[in-house]
Amino acid sequence: MSAFTVPQLPLGSIQGALEFIFEPQPSNVTGGKLVGGLDQTLELALTQLEVTVLALALSMLLALPAGLYLGHRGIGELLAVGLGNAGRAIPELALIAFMAAAIGVGTLNLTIALAVLGIPPILTNAFVGIRQVDRAPVEAARGIGMTEREILFKVEVPLAIPTLMAGIRLATIAIVATATIAPLAGVLTLGDYIINENVYGENGVVAGAIVVAVMALSLELLLALLQRRLTSKGLKLRPA
Amino acid sequence: MASLALTAAVGEVGKGFLRERTSDTLPCQATEKLFCFDWAKDNIDRYGTPTVQHLELVTLAVLFGFAIAFTLALLAHRRRWLRSPLLAATGVLYTIPSIAFFFLLLPLTGRGVDTAVIALTAFNLQVIYRNTIVGLSNVPASVKEAAKGIGQTDRQILWRVELPLATPEIIAGLRIATVSTVAIATLAVFAGGGGLGVPIKQGGIDFKTNIILAGGIAILMALAFDVLLLAIQRLVTPWERVARA
Repeated sequence: MSAFTVPQLPLGSIQGALEFIFEPQPSNVTGGKLVGGLDQTLELALTQLEVTVLALALSMLLALPAGLYLGHRGIGELLAVGLGNAGRAIPELALIAFMAAAIGVGTLNLTIALAVLGIPPILTNAFVGIRQVDRAPVEAARGIGMTEREILFKVEVPLAIPTLMAGIRLATIAIVATATIAPLAGVLTLGDYIINENVYGENGVVAGAIVVAVMALSLELLLALLQRRLTSKGLKLRPA
Repeated sequence: MASLALTAAVGEVGKGFLRERTSDTLPCQATEKLFCFDWAKDNIDRYGTPTVQHLELVTLAVLFGFAIAFTLALLAHRRRWLRSPLLAATGVLYTIPSIAFFFLLLPLTGRGVDTAVIALTAFNLQVIYRNTIVGLSNVPASVKEAAKGIGQTDRQILWRVELPLATPEIIAGLRIATVSTVAIATLAVFAGGGGLGVPIKQGGIDFKTNIILAGGIAILMALAFDVLLLAIQRLVTPWERVARA
């Protein structure tokens, strides 16, 4: 055998999946009905984006003020950090299934279930980010007569942006990934392509995986760019 | 891959969790009750196989992840220009949701344990890589100078000074990676990789007792791994305790 045996790349199935994303294909299971195509893909992708943004907004709304407050006051470390550690252990599939069983299916309930995944990293990183801020500038700010609120938002938060944003990025990745299994909770996201292979065929499954991966990477890139915009110029000059 | 033999030993992956003995399952499955203790007591043995499969997935993914990420980190430690590109590359692998990763691999590796382990390994790399790099960079320059001063070679400095001092960071990364992998491996059922996602998927969202049992076992497994790794850390860094006391 030649030393240069290249593994056969499955170009055929990737091409099939790409075609599935843009052009409706006859399903070989549901009596030749047309499935997939750009309209359906966009609709599923938009739903996934919608629940992701809603859940992220909900987790930020709950976790950011709590994390910033606790961090500024320097209290509740056990809660803020412990919750972050515990949050990682939540099994995604069990969470979505359990929340669907306990509070019901539908977009609102799904948003709440997904926010459960977003809260721990945002809370922990907000707390740790604020706590890690050098005490000297904080004391200086207090010395020139800034109020506690001004100290938090004009000194501590700007200095903590990298850690704060890291938490939001972790939350986003977890939420958008888990939103893929939302069809189990009655909300049709791109996971519909992935979970219902009997309807969409292998092309649909791979197509769903491609679009989910692209969506997650785009969100991560977007947040990385946002983080650069939010980081003050003076901090960027510091050698990494 | 070694996983294949193990899988054969525990039976075909993810088949028939609720198919047998359905008659005694139905009353509990249909009830509004949050948790049926009687059903749980009589049927806990059903979770043996999924638990073993789950352990297998996590162990393989973390071992492979550690082997690869640790090697990459040592490389990047030597050749600094590799740091950022490797961080970005592992970042991409981390960001791609595992459930998408399973099916991006579908045309290449099909369904099964191998596919699940590859995707979970890819997910692991970033945390282990980053923590190893951070741990190695946090070693004080003065300590390295001292090691050089007593005549240690670069290799000796790495293995006898830098890596021991970086161990807490490295194990912290392993703990995060392991606990996250235990949680995410519940999704391996979609890739045909078995694990604790099997009972959840087959039981459906109405069967609360089953969801709580399977999810609870996963959480306990994550906790057990966390405690185990913490114990290992204490064992291999005895000086940390002396320094603190």
